[in-house]
Amino acid sequence: MNESVSRRRFLSRGVTGISAVWASAHWPALLAAATHAHQAAKSAPPPKFEFFTADEAKEIDAITSRIIPTDDTPGAHEAGVVYFIDRGLTTFGVDDQKTYREGLPELQARMAEMFQGKSKFSELSPEQQDEVLHSFDDSGQQGQRQRGGLRSRPGAKNFFETVRQHTIAGFLIDPDYGGNRDAAGWKVIGREREHMFQPPFGYYDKGYPGWEVAVKEATKEAEKK
Amino acid sequence: MLEPITYKTTDEVDFAIIGSGAAGGVLAKELSTNGFRVVVLEQGPYLTEADFTHNEVEVLKRNQLTNRPEIQPTTFRKTPQDKAKRQRALVYGRMVGGSSVHFTANYWRFHEIDFIERSKVGPVPGANLADWPITYADLEPYYTKVEWEIGVSGLAGASPFDPPRSKPYPMPPLPVKSGGVIFERAARKLGWHPFPAPMAILSHPRPGRGACVQCGFCESFGCEVGAKSSTLATVIRMAEKTGRCEIRPNCYVHRIETNANGRVIGAAYFDKKRISHLQMAKAVVVCANGAETPRLLLLSANKQFPDGLANSSGLVGKYLMLNSGPSAMAVFEHPLNDYKGVAVSRILHDFYELDPRKVGFCGGGGLDARFDLTPINFASTGYDMGGLPPGTPRWGKEFKAALAHNYTRSLEIVSHGTSLPVESNSFSLDPDLKEAWGLPALRMTYKDHPDDLKLGAFLRDRILELLDATDAVQKWASPVEEQDFAYHLLGTCRMGNDPKSSVINADHRTHDVKNLFLCDGSSLVTSGRGQPTLTISALAYRAADRITELARKGEI
Repeated sequence: MNESVSRRRFLSRGVTGISAVWASAHWPALLAAATHAHQAAKSAPPPKFEFFTADEAKEIDAITSRIIPTDDTPGAHEAGVVYFIDRGLTTFGVDDQKTYREGLPELQARMAEMFQGKSKFSELSPEQQDEVLHSFDDSGQQGQRQRGGLRSRPGAKNFFETVRQHTIAGFLIDPDYGGNRDAAGWKVIGREREHMFQPPFGYYDKGYPGWEVAVKEATKEAEKK
Repeated sequence: MLEPITYKTTDEVDFAIIGSGAAGGVLAKELSTNGFRVVVLEQGPYLTEADFTHNEVEVLKRNQLTNRPEIQPTTFRKTPQDKAKRQRALVYGRMVGGSSVHFTANYWRFHEIDFIERSKVGPVPGANLADWPITYADLEPYYTKVEWEIGVSGLAGASPFDPPRSKPYPMPPLPVKSGGVIFERAARKLGWHPFPAPMAILSHPRPGRGACVQCGFCESFGCEVGAKSSTLATVIRMAEKTGRCEIRPNCYVHRIETNANGRVIGAAYFDKKRISHLQMAKAVVVCANGAETPRLLLLSANKQFPDGLANSSGLVGKYLMLNSGPSAMAVFEHPLNDYKGVAVSRILHDFYELDPRKVGFCGGGGLDARFDLTPINFASTGYDMGGLPPGTPRWGKEFKAALAHNYTRSLEIVSHGTSLPVESNSFSLDPDLKEAWGLPALRMTYKDHPDDLKLGAFLRDRILELLDATDAVQKWASPVEEQDFAYHLLGTCRMGNDPKSSVINADHRTHDVKNLFLCDGSSLVTSGRGQPTLTISALAYRAADRITELARKGEI
């Protein structure tokens, strides 16, 4: 359990203790408090593992670090993804415990076949690690995307696919919920760590003259033609 | 303010309303305001703003706010000849407020054509297109009532295709986003008519509710500031304030009981501990959505009603319509940051009403500029809605680079169109699979009408035409394919004057059972062009007026 989760609890206790009407009227202030709490928690020490042994955690950390590697920007390691997965396997991901318990030794066994004399994934070179993971990743390239946001695909049961999904979740989840430490993942994708925004939002709406003016300009343009 | 009341199950209330979503919430408020004693039985929990989060794992992966496949499994097949396979087939909001809590809040009125399309275009082979027993003019006052009572942002008169309205919107549109500006400019170049999206989200605060803070977590999530105009944030609170309406959460209604006279006497439900109770009521209004309403009627079969309650027509569960429409993604040179703000800020209705003789199919649709991909969704196909171009590696350095580049620079254009009513498209009881309470699971049968697929191809071409008129660096469209998953659950207990060809009449009363009413997506006769929620709520306001009049005249 890390700092951000307990902050979340603190915040929700603060809100439920008072009326919802008060909370919504004062929401901006509450949000500011939450943002402040995030900043304050940055220096927290890393939590202990609840599901993984230290050795297992090192292996999982190494796998997540190939899924979202560290280059000139932070990767899964810096975002503390292994801690997110560890916590997840005792909470939302209890059903996936078996996949990890059985999958990791299987991966290590295949690895030992591929690279004689090696017993730990974390001791391989990054190139060797990728080679091992590719041998597990039979689904290859991302397929055609489908519309619809709420379905979870039943097929993704194998170990690598599970770790891949958990790594993405742990890297990109709102940092309030136990992953994405210091919003490292959001920094990488360019998402600001705020709970409220104001226009202009991006490059293309910066110069927007407003609806009425845009309509007038369009009408003039059409008349010219 | 009066304290919310509680009733005993043995208290014969005036109305038991089953479901508290876009229709049930409205009926609860209207009927209790009109002096009736009302119990609302809702299968999901009673959550409030403080319970809502941006937790993608809990909300999207663990279905915190939606129907739960692990206890409510479903099956799917394309045609009645196939054996249905277990798969997740639909999603709906499962909480007080129903799907109005987690929906994207696109709030289009239906147009005049949607009520009279059969008369206008004639019969369509393979479909059973029918006129509604009511017209747009009948529903207009109720559209206005919804917009003003719950709070809808929009700009009246901005679209030349809008149907007539008696009043403007109660508040201005929400801020335009970069994607909206790109969409607006490109559409104008093509001579089309973009306009600010009408959204059931507050642009100005209302008492007890904040204005939108542009956090960007609308679709699939509950609004933490009460800006989304769900029935939870609006009419349900008004209903409770009457002192005559009890909202009873965690009650899964599994049967409607009738007496020897063929009248409904109450609704049987399981509580949280799976103990069954019978809530007595003088009349029952089922607002459980287009999937669960027909399922409940079928589950309520007895000696007197062997094919299910109110099913003398055999049409309960049939004519399921989902709405359809492909989409495309585009990537631009500079950051749009469309993750900020509500999902949609600009739409267009130039293709709402098409001439079947010219285009070769019946139907129409609208387009919108949107970004509704929360961060994990954007990156992942495991959550089934990735935002990255096809062919992008699923992990590693290139995957990360694509994420880093595209997330702020992406825009999606989505089309929303007609589904034609086909009799074999349906919800029914699965003969084999049971849910966690031991009752038959929902089975969905669905195969898009050929015209729906032609419309899909047409709308996809318009999307690509629009994107060609932008400076997009890269673009790709989703394939036009048959659907096997439902968000919009429409048409399954259709309204009509003839008891042989419909399930309810224009008062929402079932043709077969005098004190049983149905109102939700199942009542729709046609699918509209993709955004049904406003119409469902407007029907509920109208149904409440009709039911009140019947009750006062002693005709229930």
